[in-house]
Amino acid sequence: MTAMSKEERAAMPVEFKLNGRDVVGYAGETIIQAAKRYGVEIPHLCYKEGLRPDGNCRACMVEVKGERVLAPACSRRPAPGMEIVTDSARALASQKMVLELLLSDMPRERHTLASELDYWAAKLGVARSRFPSRRQPRADLSHYAIAVNLDSCIQCTRCVRACREEQVNDVIGYAFRGEHSKIVFDFDDPMGESTCVACGECVQACPTGALAPARGVALIEPDKKVRSVCPYCGVGCQLEYAVKNNRILYVEGADGPSNRGRLCVKGRYGFDYVHHKHRLTVPLIRREGVPKHANFVMDPANPLEYFREASWEEALDLAAGRLREIRDTHGRHALAGFGSAKGTNEEAYLFQKLVRTGFGSNNVDHCTRLCHASSVAALLEGIGSGAVSNQVNDVLRAEVIFLIGANPVSNHPVAATWIKNAVKRGVKLIYADPRASELSRHATYFLQFKPDTDVALLNAMMHTIVHEGLVNEEFVRNRTSGYEELRKNVEGYSPEKMAPVCGIPAETIRQVARLYAKSRASMILWGMGISQHVHGTDNARCLIALCLMTGQVGRPGTGLHPLRGQNNVQGASDSGLIPMVFPDYQRVDNAEARARFEKLWGATLDPKPGLTVVEIMNAAYEGRIRGMYIMGENPAMSDPDLQHAREALAKLEWLVVQEIFLTETCYLADIVLPATAWPEKSGTVTNTDRMVQLGRQALDPPGQAKPDLWIIQQIARRLGLDWNYRGPEDVFNEMRRAMPSIAGITWERLERESCVTYPCEKEGDPGQPVVFTERFPTPSGRGRFVPADIIPAAERPDREYPFVLITGRQLEHWHTGAITRRAAVLDAIEPEPIASLHPLDLEELGARAGDVVTVASRRGVVSLYARADDGVPRGAVFIPFCFYEAAANLLTNPALDPFGKIPEFKYCAVKVTKGGELTPRSSYGGGQALAELQSA
Amino acid sequence: MEGGIVRKGRNGGARGRPKGRAVDPGALAEVQALLGDAPRRRDLLIEHLHKIQDRYGHISAAHLAALAREMKLAQAEVYEVATFYHHFDVVKEGESPPPPLTVRVCDSLACELAGARALLDGLERALGPGVRVVPAPCVGRCEQAPVAVVGQNPVAHATVEKVEPLVRAKNTTCPVGKYVDYAEYRRGGGYRIAAECLAGRRDAEAIIKTLEDSNLRGLGGAGFPAGRKWRIVRGEPAPRLLAINIDEGEPGTFKDRYYLERDPHRFLEGAIIAAWAVQIAEIYIYLRDEYAGCRAILEREIAALKADPPCPLPPIHLRRGAGAYICGEESAMIESIEGKRGMPRLRPPYVAQVGLFGRPTLEHNMETLHWVRDILEKGADWFGSQGRRGRKGLRSFSVSGRVAKPGVHLAPAGITVKELIEEYCGGMLPGHTFYAYLPGGASGGILPAALGDIPLDFDTLNEYGCFIGSAAIIVLSDRDRAADAARNLMRFFADESCGQCTPCRVGTAKALALMQAPRWDGALLEELSGAMADASICGLGQAAPNPIRCVLKYFPDEVK
Repeated sequence: MTAMSKEERAAMPVEFKLNGRDVVGYAGETIIQAAKRYGVEIPHLCYKEGLRPDGNCRACMVEVKGERVLAPACSRRPAPGMEIVTDSARALASQKMVLELLLSDMPRERHTLASELDYWAAKLGVARSRFPSRRQPRADLSHYAIAVNLDSCIQCTRCVRACREEQVNDVIGYAFRGEHSKIVFDFDDPMGESTCVACGECVQACPTGALAPARGVALIEPDKKVRSVCPYCGVGCQLEYAVKNNRILYVEGADGPSNRGRLCVKGRYGFDYVHHKHRLTVPLIRREGVPKHANFVMDPANPLEYFREASWEEALDLAAGRLREIRDTHGRHALAGFGSAKGTNEEAYLFQKLVRTGFGSNNVDHCTRLCHASSVAALLEGIGSGAVSNQVNDVLRAEVIFLIGANPVSNHPVAATWIKNAVKRGVKLIYADPRASELSRHATYFLQFKPDTDVALLNAMMHTIVHEGLVNEEFVRNRTSGYEELRKNVEGYSPEKMAPVCGIPAETIRQVARLYAKSRASMILWGMGISQHVHGTDNARCLIALCLMTGQVGRPGTGLHPLRGQNNVQGASDSGLIPMVFPDYQRVDNAEARARFEKLWGATLDPKPGLTVVEIMNAAYEGRIRGMYIMGENPAMSDPDLQHAREALAKLEWLVVQEIFLTETCYLADIVLPATAWPEKSGTVTNTDRMVQLGRQALDPPGQAKPDLWIIQQIARRLGLDWNYRGPEDVFNEMRRAMPSIAGITWERLERESCVTYPCEKEGDPGQPVVFTERFPTPSGRGRFVPADIIPAAERPDREYPFVLITGRQLEHWHTGAITRRAAVLDAIEPEPIASLHPLDLEELGARAGDVVTVASRRGVVSLYARADDGVPRGAVFIPFCFYEAAANLLTNPALDPFGKIPEFKYCAVKVTKGGELTPRSSYGGGQALAELQSA
Repeated sequence: MEGGIVRKGRNGGARGRPKGRAVDPGALAEVQALLGDAPRRRDLLIEHLHKIQDRYGHISAAHLAALAREMKLAQAEVYEVATFYHHFDVVKEGESPPPPLTVRVCDSLACELAGARALLDGLERALGPGVRVVPAPCVGRCEQAPVAVVGQNPVAHATVEKVEPLVRAKNTTCPVGKYVDYAEYRRGGGYRIAAECLAGRRDAEAIIKTLEDSNLRGLGGAGFPAGRKWRIVRGEPAPRLLAINIDEGEPGTFKDRYYLERDPHRFLEGAIIAAWAVQIAEIYIYLRDEYAGCRAILEREIAALKADPPCPLPPIHLRRGAGAYICGEESAMIESIEGKRGMPRLRPPYVAQVGLFGRPTLEHNMETLHWVRDILEKGADWFGSQGRRGRKGLRSFSVSGRVAKPGVHLAPAGITVKELIEEYCGGMLPGHTFYAYLPGGASGGILPAALGDIPLDFDTLNEYGCFIGSAAIIVLSDRDRAADAARNLMRFFADESCGQCTPCRVGTAKALALMQAPRWDGALLEELSGAMADASICGLGQAAPNPIRCVLKYFPDEVK
């Protein structure tokens, strides 16, 4: 007989006795888990599924025969032959005593309807406590989103584990000792003044309401809970809306595959924009004689200054009528449409179909152009697919993570949690970004390279890999083409030569190159720091080459992952909201593809690729585009060189905007159609992981606001299209016929599972989390190396404009701020426009943290508050583009990457001076939503 | 200073800084200078906190934030550790730092019997506001009760008159007496066996066998057979670590200090032999912060040993506690060595399997290793044959309280307390009659004089609801009350509970409140005691009710 190893023994089922009954425990299972399967309930408080069991509350103590003391069922694993009794007099005495001790310190007024302590006390018949109560601590109501009432705290540390081990935000600690032990934020600071990022995971974890949503909403019984998907970033967290009287009370994380119950501050607390008083509820028609110009003064509280209310019939007839007129008069290329990565796949699909078959051209694009167009260009060219090879939480299976040009703790917060979890498990993180963030401290190597020098850094890494014999020759031979050209090209990029260029010591470049190349599995993730440059495509080409030459792709834990920005930017792109391709990236200039779509749609299609976002704006400025239909996008805030973009929009003869708020773009519209917000409709969205997920309607839309799908169809019919989709399911079924990648996904399965990963070509396919395992979806099946050389930014700092402007997002705000600045909590946390600078630069300007500074480029000027942040490199200024009072895109440079046509949002020259005049605030932002909520 | 928490702008709105407390560049430079080129590893957090506390007399929020940045730790992680230990004074923005000098007055049982309360009051009055006078848990000098510690300078049989001049003269370091130093220890044949082991002239199996035969047991309190422990750990996968526990905090116990102050190399040799026999990669020594004199000796002697090693040595790390009784608990000590709050771990897994830094760990009380050389030199029988009433071995009894000659008395296992008092302690103090005794420090329970004939050893006291633990015997006389002693002990447990588990954290506090009543609610206390003993994570909470139960059982008249 061969002896079993420890591991083999641990993997065996365990036979033991539970309350006298013979039972079998699964490998790795604790007593409480096994007991639950057998219907035996054991009280517990500090134990929560998904969190590491800590065994501190001792409510789950059970008797194990032969042991001196009781054992905690949450932490103890049954051993073969063990005799466990969960309800003996002795076990019950301890269980009840623990509950009684904790009850003695509870306040009379509870802070939640769902106290687990009360639940178990009632269950075990512990009515009241015979012990004197502790001196109760005062409430901490300093945070806008979370009420801290430690009088209900039972010190179970679920919040600590949620904050430290699950989200790894590391704000909550367990300080002091004995009966003085206390949950603290940072140095026992008020929560609102701490480093708390308000992910709310602690609230979700708290069993007693000691941490609860602010303003007492946990004390209200919801009418219903509706499971859906978060409307913000591309991570695609599943969530649950708690709804009462057609209002969202609160949001909780649901157990989706990309988030496992986790959310960030936007997902959890950024929902109330849907109830904001500025919601558009009636169709609007521009008043006669109100001119369009770029320098409008905005007050969304008073739309009737610019518009008059109209019936849907009138508005739709007019909207579509003029579009048709322009088409018929000036030709199909005089029209263009911007769809939205914030809508559903079905909306995106119908929108592009409308442009292609109703307008008759391919002039349809959306904000993918502004985020990952260059990445997608490089990916399509190199490996034949723009989607990720591996899902984010595959980082847990990596040995090395190479994260570059991304700030996921702000922009993909839940993705960042997986990265931090991986690091905690020993995965090495190489983090390269010109700006340091909270993630930097977790990195094995943090490379704070100079802005704009990505190619230098990456080529030097590849030089090292070539020169140290770390190339995966077999992979290069069997699965790639063009290596020789790449090898020759990187020859000129030794680490020594590139060190002064990128600011990273040569030896460090070598170390990270070795680390990346030699590991069992290395995963590259990147963001807009890579893509938003005139050399964005080159940056991405280097990453692809790095991965191909080392064979770090096509297996679990290794591959390429461009972190997608919008909740549905992957899906909107897949659905064809791109001027060069039909759904599923089938090129419009490919006759075969075109023929298939002409057949499917019963229409003649334009073989000429359409214009991209910035090209459309330029064409509008020049009068070549005369009419536009914009659904849910805000180019008057999101495009580079806003003055020019707004002037271009103002020049349009006819602009129809479909929106939920009166955005900057709406001010330049002729017709504004009130649409539905995310929780008011159903449909699918596709996240960065290629997961198609079902959003479910939780609310009725306000006023006369209509589902976008309905509006698109109404416009389509008035353009002569005979459409009659009854709802998203009908559209999705047509999409399955157009898109082989999702052909196997049925609506019924989406309703059942909420999420299916593509490629899923046949019904019943499980979906493929990891792709490119055998071949790349290129014609040859091989990945292609494309060498890149250093191309400097289009506008470099000089004496007059000595600073580099980096734009981006911040944790609390989404893109142009239309939504998040109307979400009470988000707006209250970041109420004002800010520019982050290094404290020493600020000092040289003679300014202090919080002073007003003025930032000017050759294109525009904004004044805003200075934030001293030593994560920003010297000589750079970072401005989020969400603040209408100081729109960062007034400054940015519209120079485009030649391949992806993406503007250079991450680099332009500016000057910074102390002082300046702040733009007066309009009727939202600056904490107004919270003030209204509090006064209500 | 530019540090501190966020400040708000217009309408309480714009933050001029990222969320939370910014790191002050000045404080960062100071911390960097203080740390020098010391590694910034997490496990050195407590060492680094000591550096700040030693240099500045407290730890300001600015320094703490700077330390967090420097060590790449979250602010909360640093704060929760700093506030766990008594010897760190965290001072937040706007708070005043403590006076530069602290006088700690031991208020544990032996010192309380000797008048600690009056001493504390007297010192507070006499020393005035420029000096901080605080009560402190047992400082490990019970034979010198009452004890006050001026800075780090312990004052035996302290009085206001003795303490005041030391304070005025800023005489705050612990004097070091005469002891057997490295040279002398080697002259006496020291490290011969260790050298033989490392030279391959000894057989590890034979050494372990000798230890097993000698019946040497863990002398920190649990009494686990030492030889068997070596064998178990040796069977675990490498790398294995040795952790030596000198966090002698059990009130009434001072034997480890006694040996360290006299013959510090004896346990080091034991450690080196153990490390060789068990194939240990590195040795960690955890010394309680109260033993500043011992620390000076150990630093000097370990340096001497490393400078002229008798044999190849494994790395030896000396770690400094920071004032926490619980860190004497083996797994709490491991957490503390790792730079964390000293909170005991759940077992299984046992530290022999998953211990320090997740590695299989041989953990020993210092005294256990102290006897290794003698046993190997004199043979297993020499040790095992000593004992009375069938018990085996020698025990270093720390005797304090109402006896004429308190101190460490090396006596046979199985001796009774009456014999110990008469034969070793010169009888009771004049005018005192033997009334009761604590056979095992604060945790081991309280027995009446009528039960003074029980053999004292591991296992022999169980049936009385008591245990010998670290063999700290505190003797009470007819002038004392067991209930008073129990209250003293429960206050100690409540102060020293780590706060992790409900039965201990809440249980000790509630028990103490109930015990303040002249008449105890015996039924409720008994119910509470049962849950504490059954459901607490570690020995502290499990043993904390022993004094209650003993009073209810043996001294019921005191609380009726």
